[in-house]
Amino acid sequence: MLKCDEANHVCDKVQYKNASFWEKVKLSIHLVLCEACRKYTRNNVKLTKIIKKSHVTCLDRKCKQTMKLKLDKAIKETGTNLP
Amino acid sequence: MPNHQINPNKWIDLYADYLYNYTISRVNDGIMAQDLVQDTFLAALKSMKNFKGEANERTWLISILKRKIIDHYRKVNSNKGKAEVRITYNDDYETEGDWLEERVADPFDKTAEDTMQNDELGDAIFSCLNKLPEKQAEVFRMKSIEGLDTDVICNELNITASNLWVIIHRARTAMAACLKENWF
Repeated sequence: MLKCDEANHVCDKVQYKNASFWEKVKLSIHLVLCEACRKYTRNNVKLTKIIKKSHVTCLDRKCKQTMKLKLDKAIKETGTNLP
Repeated sequence: MPNHQINPNKWIDLYADYLYNYTISRVNDGIMAQDLVQDTFLAALKSMKNFKGEANERTWLISILKRKIIDHYRKVNSNKGKAEVRITYNDDYETEGDWLEERVADPFDKTAEDTMQNDELGDAIFSCLNKLPEKQAEVFRMKSIEGLDTDVICNELNITASNLWVIIHRARTAMAACLKENWF
C-alpha cells in the first residue's frame, strides 16, 4: 500500500505520462481509500487540462539567453540612468 | 496615481513568455514571433523615458508589441501584390478559382474570441508562474509547457530526478492553488 506522499508522487508522474502500469494500479487503490489524495489528484488533473487547453508555449532557455544578451547590450549602450 | 516601477533587467524573465504567446496567437510563426518580441524589448528600452508609470510595465510592453504586430502585417500586405503573381494555385477542387486573399486565414477574424479567452488564461498562467520561486517556475515551465523529458531537464539544470519531482510537486500544488479561484 502506498503512503500518501508516494501516491501524490505517482499522481504527478501520471500528469506527464511517466508512471508505470503498476504504479497506476497502486495509485488507484490508494485513491479509493484516501479522500485527501483524491482531492490532490482532482486538482492536479485540472491543472494539466487547463495548461493543455491554454495552448501556452514558451521560449526555450537558449532563445531567452540570446534575447537577454541583446537587451543587456542595448541597456549598456543606453547609459546609466536606470533604477 | 499609482506609480509603477520599470526595470528592463527583469523584462525577459517576467514577460518574454507572455509576450511570445500573445504574438504567436496573432502571427502564427514562431521565428517571426521571437523577432517581434525582441524588437519590442529594444523599442521599449529606447522609449523608456516616455513611461509615465500610469500603466504597469506589462501593459505598457503589450501596447508597444501591438504596434509592432500591426507594422508586421503592414509589411506583409505591401508585398501581397507581388505574391499574387508568383502564387501557384493548387488543384484543390473546393477552393479552385478563389482569390489568394480568401485563402489566407485572417487571424483577427473568426478566432478573435478564442484568442481573447486564451489570452486571459495564458495571462493567469504566467502571472501565477511569476509568483513561484525561480527554480520551481523554471522546472515547471520546462516540464509542463515545453514538455521536455525528465532526464533532459535534469541534465540541463544539473539536478537529480527525485529532486525534480519534489520541485514539480511543490510547483503543481502552488499553481493549482493560484489558478483555482478563477479557472477551476
